[in-house]
Amino acid sequence: MKAQQYIYKEDNLIDSEPNKFNTRELKSEEMIINLGPQHPSTHGVLRLEVLSDGEIIKEVVPHIGYLHRCFEKHAESLPYNQVIPFVDRMDYVAAMNSEHAYAMGVERMLGIAEQIPKRVEYIRVLVAEMNRIASHLIAVGTYGLDLGAFTPFFWIMRDREHILRLLEWASGARMLYNYIWIGGLFYDLPVGFEKRCREFITYFKPKVAELETILIDNKIFIDRTANVGVLPLNLAINSGITGPMLRASGLRFDLRRVDGYSVYPELDFEIPIGEGKMGAVGDCWDRSWVRVKEIYESLRIMEQCLDKLEGEHKRTREFDPQALVPKKIRPKAQELYVRAENPKGELGYFFRADGKSDVPFRCKARACSFVNLSILPEISRGVLIADLIAILGSIDIVLGEVDR
Amino acid sequence: MSEKEEEFVKLIQSFSAEEVLDIPNSTPFSVLLKSEVLLSVCEQLHKNPTTYFDMLSCVTGIDNGVEAGTMEVIYHLYSIPFNQSLALKVMLPRENPEVESVNSIWKSANWLEREVYDMFGIVFKNHPDLRRILMPADWKGFPLRKDYKHEEYYRGVKIDY
Repeated sequence: MKAQQYIYKEDNLIDSEPNKFNTRELKSEEMIINLGPQHPSTHGVLRLEVLSDGEIIKEVVPHIGYLHRCFEKHAESLPYNQVIPFVDRMDYVAAMNSEHAYAMGVERMLGIAEQIPKRVEYIRVLVAEMNRIASHLIAVGTYGLDLGAFTPFFWIMRDREHILRLLEWASGARMLYNYIWIGGLFYDLPVGFEKRCREFITYFKPKVAELETILIDNKIFIDRTANVGVLPLNLAINSGITGPMLRASGLRFDLRRVDGYSVYPELDFEIPIGEGKMGAVGDCWDRSWVRVKEIYESLRIMEQCLDKLEGEHKRTREFDPQALVPKKIRPKAQELYVRAENPKGELGYFFRADGKSDVPFRCKARACSFVNLSILPEISRGVLIADLIAILGSIDIVLGEVDR
Repeated sequence: MSEKEEEFVKLIQSFSAEEVLDIPNSTPFSVLLKSEVLLSVCEQLHKNPTTYFDMLSCVTGIDNGVEAGTMEVIYHLYSIPFNQSLALKVMLPRENPEVESVNSIWKSANWLEREVYDMFGIVFKNHPDLRRILMPADWKGFPLRKDYKHEEYYRGVKIDY
């Protein structure tokens, strides 16, 4: 076959993603600055078109879709269980949480959600919380990197590696696990996992405190983030913001508590909210602080899960986590919207099953990063360009989930 | 239908002065509205102190295929103070599907509706910034329609699968 060559024309770029603002219509002091798509501070392939007056930002227009992998189109042609690897690739730093929500949704459609064994549920929550810690570490660490703090990034990468290795031990993959299956798990936890997990918690607790000291309480960090990008609560709710961003704005709203899905009602944990300790409530500092506090709470949940997994719901020879995994997944004709608390916010799936086939008629993912990113133009009007980077980093987006 | 759901149907009927239908087998509880009354019903649901749906979580488009000849838009609302979910659904014709934008009530509708427009070609009237969001601006067709056929060439390059 003859090789095909992409023919470069200058218009191609302009046609495929045109700027919203036209250079000819600008006032004399205004200019358009293009940020990204390839830039480390955009956390992936995000392009920001910035209309600025000197160093003051007048308007930001995010251009997304560079990482669009047609999740919803793929999901319409795959059986329910084969969608899970695609779900992993949405929020690739917290794949377990996405899987958990997805499996929960399909189980509710099949009507087997109540029958899932407790041990399976506890393992799910355990691995999901481990992944939440990994995700928050990335959020806080790379945020420091954006603001010029280099050391914490290496520290969080070192600690995250322990989590990834533990999860690799359980599932065989470091980031994209396909571990939580519809009706059960890929496999039970390996022998000795609980002990290693406890060792990790003992090791990790002082490290979070260290991270808090070097980054969150750092004078330079506070100066860069306090009173920057303040998100008022009413605007946050109206814009559909969820997760740590909403909690940083001062609302104690966590779907793990509100919906009480899985075994979360049996677990004891606090929901940290932004208090405006260093500036206004809902500024960039509050968002980072809430994430660090959530790491502590996740550690607490992990400990409680481990207690249960070593006590009440101990591993036995007979226990088979795949016992309830259906051979054929064909839910009755229905519509269902399921939501769960991901590290970044409310992850929702909308399913429509037609009752006649094994593939979803429609599977829509309500991605939290996507909705959270839509607030960026609102809260970055009138700030400096350097602060735009600080605001963007504090939103904690994963472009895999924004673009799906 | 539970008592609370019946109440909702009655309430929404009083807002719209039109027949509304509840949809069986849907979680959360959902009702079918005429597309003309959508905006006023949403406004009422948002303002009314007994409902107070302050969050629009999700906007979903569905194409029912060429034979059915309809498209749907589903709005998932959530009320934080009452911990109550509700889904509103509108049916649209497949030719020139148009519905009023709810961006004036919930800001989250901005990007969510843009995505539905991008994937299904459903036009949201009075939307402040209705452009494609995930696909390139020069993309042909609407990918999530059931009769969508992918292009063989993109800018002179043959796409092999």
